[in-house]
Amino acid sequence: MGTIQLKKVRKAFGESIIIPGADLDIKHGEFIVFVGPSGCGKSTLLRMIAGLEDLTSGEILIDGKDCSDAAPASRGLSMVFQSYALYPHMSVRNNIAFGLKMAGETPEQIAPKVAKAAETLNLTEYLDRKPGQLSGGQRQRVAIGRAIVRNPSGFLFDEPLSNLDAALRVNMRIFIMQLHKDLGATMVYVTHDQVEAMTMADRIVVLNRGNIEQVGSPLELYNKPNSKFVAGFIGSPKMNFIEGSIAAKHKAKTIGVRPEHIDIVSGKGEWQGKILLTEHLGSDSFLHIDAGDAGRFVVRAPGEFAGKPGDSISLKPDAARIHKFDAQDLSIR
Amino acid sequence: MATNQSRAIGKLALAPSLIVLSAWAFVPLALTIYFAFLRYNLQDPDNTSWFGLSNFYYFLNDPYFVKDFINTILLVGSTIILTITGGVGLAILLDQPFWGRGIVRLLMISPFFIMPTVSSLVWKNLIMHPVFGLFAGIQRFFGSTEPIDWFGHYPLISVIIIVTWQWLPYATLILLTAMQSLDGEQKDAAAMDGAPPLSYFRYIVLPHLSRPITVVILIETIFLLNIFAEIKVTSVGGFAGNLTYLVFSQLNDANDVGAAAAGGIIAVILANIVSYFLVRIVGKNLEG
Repeated sequence: MGTIQLKKVRKAFGESIIIPGADLDIKHGEFIVFVGPSGCGKSTLLRMIAGLEDLTSGEILIDGKDCSDAAPASRGLSMVFQSYALYPHMSVRNNIAFGLKMAGETPEQIAPKVAKAAETLNLTEYLDRKPGQLSGGQRQRVAIGRAIVRNPSGFLFDEPLSNLDAALRVNMRIFIMQLHKDLGATMVYVTHDQVEAMTMADRIVVLNRGNIEQVGSPLELYNKPNSKFVAGFIGSPKMNFIEGSIAAKHKAKTIGVRPEHIDIVSGKGEWQGKILLTEHLGSDSFLHIDAGDAGRFVVRAPGEFAGKPGDSISLKPDAARIHKFDAQDLSIR
Repeated sequence: MATNQSRAIGKLALAPSLIVLSAWAFVPLALTIYFAFLRYNLQDPDNTSWFGLSNFYYFLNDPYFVKDFINTILLVGSTIILTITGGVGLAILLDQPFWGRGIVRLLMISPFFIMPTVSSLVWKNLIMHPVFGLFAGIQRFFGSTEPIDWFGHYPLISVIIIVTWQWLPYATLILLTAMQSLDGEQKDAAAMDGAPPLSYFRYIVLPHLSRPITVVILIETIFLLNIFAEIKVTSVGGFAGNLTYLVFSQLNDANDVGAAAAGGIIAVILANIVSYFLVRIVGKNLEG
């Protein structure tokens, strides 16, 4: 089992309130991603679930049991840290075995478990090395090995990929998703990278200044954001926001259109503009456009798009895909 | 980057200070070696002659030599043990957040800034004195009629107490900075692994401190081999003297320049043997 429930979880350091009150139900086997800009409280929330931070008020239930004041090790959760947090003077073997040793298991019980974890993670030949002799990706795998060897009911990941280079990050992302599929365990994953959130999550929890803005599947958040904040945070490149008279025509304070939902048309479109800059990615081209009244925004064009900076261009947004927001930045539906 | 030319200029620029420094170190050493082979007593300075190895022979066979050699080892060894254990404990305490931590840390270092002669006088006359001392006062408060005469009955232990008091801040300072460099996420990881406080100390903190501990041992050994002021000021040289004090008494009490010089050479050789092994041990520890 691996259900985690947060009930009115609140965290304050003296006067400053980090988490005003969070409610969340995590089902068994779910891959949940906490995403938000830095300082939004996502890591604090994860550390509270782990038991590394005290709750100011509220309850955390793990497998239905109140764990609000339980010691971290007794919650049946494992954590992978951003800096890996390996013990530098211990060999890889002892790093992985430390938790089992602390749990009072005998060397005979520990050895096969470590061997199995090392095999899963391709670490068998590095077992006698010290963390200092490993590359970043290998260290990350040791940290994951330390987490899986205890056979926890849930895994907590605190921005585990942010110290890796881009290529390795993609590999590890797929590796963690595969691990989730194989183990079937609950995983809570914190990141500030919305691409990681979109690709990995069953459900995404978007946090903004300690508040849970929206919880939903990646496509729900992409198609039906609750607020301007979620709309701007999910999707890459970012959604274009237009205010003023154009938004007023849609009876909204602000309207938002994603770069991929604007067509380039020949003849007269809805908006006229001038190309300022083009970014060619091969598969796509992103055009930065100055559209006079509508302001500056980004449009996705096909990879072979031939327009050059300075060219005039006509645009037509997909009417069904225009998001409308009111004065409180909430969605109008 | 350095061309032959710039290297030559560099050597030229360094030469004056190198010459002065080596003269500074070399002249006293050369003179000491020279005196060590002379029969040279200040009570009979006209009768100075070549003495061969006799000075060394007499120094090594001095009734005080073995005793003072053992005293040296005991003084250095126990001070190191006490400062390291005390230093680790204090470093852990001072690493905890508490009100007024900054001031306590500052006060903690202060014994290290007090001149050894001054602190020895204070310990001798104000703290450990059998009549006026603080310790005696405490004993009388608890009803004792015969307070301990520290320097009379436990001269070596008294010196060890004073020297430990002086060097504890140094050990604490080094170990505290090391404690502060311990990654906070490691503490979290140990908590997730379920390590209770003692295991956390044994498996995470102590290995982390092993390097600074070896550095403290090395530095303290070098300085503690030369302890002198504490023994001289408290006048316990006859009972708790070390090799440094023996060299001093050869010159001061016996006016024997030759024997003192020979003792100095022997002390240098012994110190070199000790530091050779220490550097090897420490070096091994620092590599890992």
